[in-house]
Amino acid sequence: MAYALEIQGLTKTYGNGFQALKGIDLKVAKGDFFALLGPNGAGKSTTLGVVSSLVNKSAGQVRVFGHDMDTELSAAKLNLGVVPQEFNFNQFEKVLDIVTTQAGYYGIPLKQALISAEKYLKQLGLWDKRNTPSRTLSGGMKRRLMIARALVHEPRLLILDEPTAGVDIELRRSMWTFLQEMNRNGTTIILTTHYLEEAEALCRNIAIIDHGQILRNTSKRELLQQLSVETFVLDLAGGHQQLPQLDGYVRRFDKDGALEVDVQKGSGLNQVFVQLQQQGIEVDSMRTKANRLEELFVRMVEANADNSDNDPKAQL
Amino acid sequence: MTPHALWTAFYTILSREIRRFTRIWPQTLLPPAVTMTLYFIIFGNLIGSRIGKMDGFDYMQFIVPGLIMLAVITSSYGNVVSSFFSMKFQHSIEELLVAPVPNWVILAGYVCGGMARGLGIGVVVTLVSLAFTHLQIHNLLMVVVTVFLTSALFSLGGFINAMLATKFDDISIVPTFILTPLTYLGGVFYSINLLPDVWRAVSMANPILYMVNGFRYGILGVSDVNPFVSLGMILLFIVVLAAVALNLLRRGKGIRN
Repeated sequence: MAYALEIQGLTKTYGNGFQALKGIDLKVAKGDFFALLGPNGAGKSTTLGVVSSLVNKSAGQVRVFGHDMDTELSAAKLNLGVVPQEFNFNQFEKVLDIVTTQAGYYGIPLKQALISAEKYLKQLGLWDKRNTPSRTLSGGMKRRLMIARALVHEPRLLILDEPTAGVDIELRRSMWTFLQEMNRNGTTIILTTHYLEEAEALCRNIAIIDHGQILRNTSKRELLQQLSVETFVLDLAGGHQQLPQLDGYVRRFDKDGALEVDVQKGSGLNQVFVQLQQQGIEVDSMRTKANRLEELFVRMVEANADNSDNDPKAQL
Repeated sequence: MTPHALWTAFYTILSREIRRFTRIWPQTLLPPAVTMTLYFIIFGNLIGSRIGKMDGFDYMQFIVPGLIMLAVITSSYGNVVSSFFSMKFQHSIEELLVAPVPNWVILAGYVCGGMARGLGIGVVVTLVSLAFTHLQIHNLLMVVVTVFLTSALFSLGGFINAMLATKFDDISIVPTFILTPLTYLGGVFYSINLLPDVWRAVSMANPILYMVNGFRYGILGVSDVNPFVSLGMILLFIVVLAAVALNLLRRGKGIRN
C-alpha cells in the first residue's frame, strides 16, 4: 500500500537534552483525513516540524509519497503543504503578494501563481482582501491566509497544526467544510487539534501521542468502540430533589440539577425512559455529557501519565 | 526542481527583496543620499578646499570613490542583515524552509537583493557627487567589477550576521563597532601614504582598504595598493564567506530547531 506519509523510528532530542520524540512510527494512507492528537508538549508539533523540515530530526526516516526526506528532499517538499500553528507570514506584505511569493518559492511562474492564488483566496473568502496588508486581517482571516498559502502549489499532502485555534464556531464550521471538500478531491490531510469534536467530525484515522510516543494509531470507529460507558444528561420536567430510581444504571445530579446517567455500551436507553415513565417523570431534553473522543482521549492520556509516574526512568 | 523552477524561486526572492527596500524607501534609499550630500558639503567643499591636493587630485575628487564605496558597503550589508533577520524574527523564513528551494538559491537571492540596494545607492551617491565635482573614469571595467564584488561580499557578510543573530542588538553590533571603523580607517578620507610606517602596515590588514583603493583606481587611476591584489582579496573573501554562509544554511543555524 502506498502511503502519503511514512515515519519510522523518528526521534528528536533537543539541545537541552529533552527527548521530544522517542522513536515514533506512523503511516498515513493516501487520501486519508488523519488526526494527530495529544496534550500540550506531547510531540505533535515536533513531529510535524520534522516533516515540514523546520525541525532537524535526531534519527529516523520520513517519507512523503515515497520520497525519502534525507535523499529526495525537494520531491518530498513539492508534495507537501504546511499550515503552522503560529502566524508566520510577513506582517507588512499584502495578502496576494504573500500567496504568490510562496508559489514562486515552489518554482511556479507569476502568471500561473496568480491564477492559483485567485482560486484559493476566493474559496477561502479572502479575494476582496488581496491588496490589504496582512497585519490588518482578523485572526480568522490570517488562518485562512495561511491555508491559501499552503495550497497555492497544489500539494497532495496538507498538514495543519491546530488550524482552527482561536477561530469562532461559524468560521470553524466553514473551514471544516472547505477541508472536507479538499479531502474529497484527493488531498491527504493531517491535522492536530485541541478541539476533539473537530477530529471526531473530520477524521477517519487518529493517532494519539503523549510523552513523545504513539499511544494508539487506529481508525476513529475502532477508537470510539472502546468506549464502554457513555454519560447522558437528561433535563427533567418540573425539577426533582430526589434521584429517580434507575435499576442497572449509575446516576447522579450535575451542578445544574440535570440528571446524569451512565449507560453501558450495548445496553441502550430504552430502559432508562421506561423506568422514568413508570415513576411519572418526563424528560424535556437529552444530550451526551462529553464529546466521545474527548472522553477516550482524556482516559488514555491519564493512563499514560500514571504509567510514566510509575516508571522510574520516566521521572528522570 | 528544474532550472526554470530554480530561476523562478531565485527571481521571487530577489523581487521580494527589491519590493521591500523600495516600499520603505525613506528608510533605505533616502538616508545615504542625505548623508553623502553632507559629506560632500562639509569634507569636500568646506574643509576640502583648505586641504589642497591628495595624490594629485582635489580633495573632493579624492574622497568621492571612497564615499561611494562606503555607501555601497553599508547599504549592501544593511539590506541583507535587516531583511533576513526580520524574516527570522517574524518566522516568515519558514515560508522558504518548507519550500524546495536549495540553500544556494536562497543565498543567491538574498545576496543579489543586497547588491540591488547597494548598487542602487551607489548610483544615487554618484549622481549626487556630480553636483559637487567632475568625475573621470580611468578604467570602467575595474570600477564595475570592484563595486559588484564588494557589494556581493558585504551582502554575504550581512547574511552571516543575520543567521547568527538572536536579537536586534546583534544586527547592529557588527555594523557599528566593526564595519564603520574599518570603513572610515580604510582610506576613504586619506591616502595611507600619509600615515607613519607602523600605521600604514596596520592599515594593510584592513580588507576594506583594498576595496576602496581598487575602486579609486578604477575612477582616478591612483591607488595605495595594487588593484589586482585588491580584486584577489575581494574574491578570496567572497569564497570564504559564501562557504561559511552555505554551511550555516545547511546546519539550519538559527533558523531550524
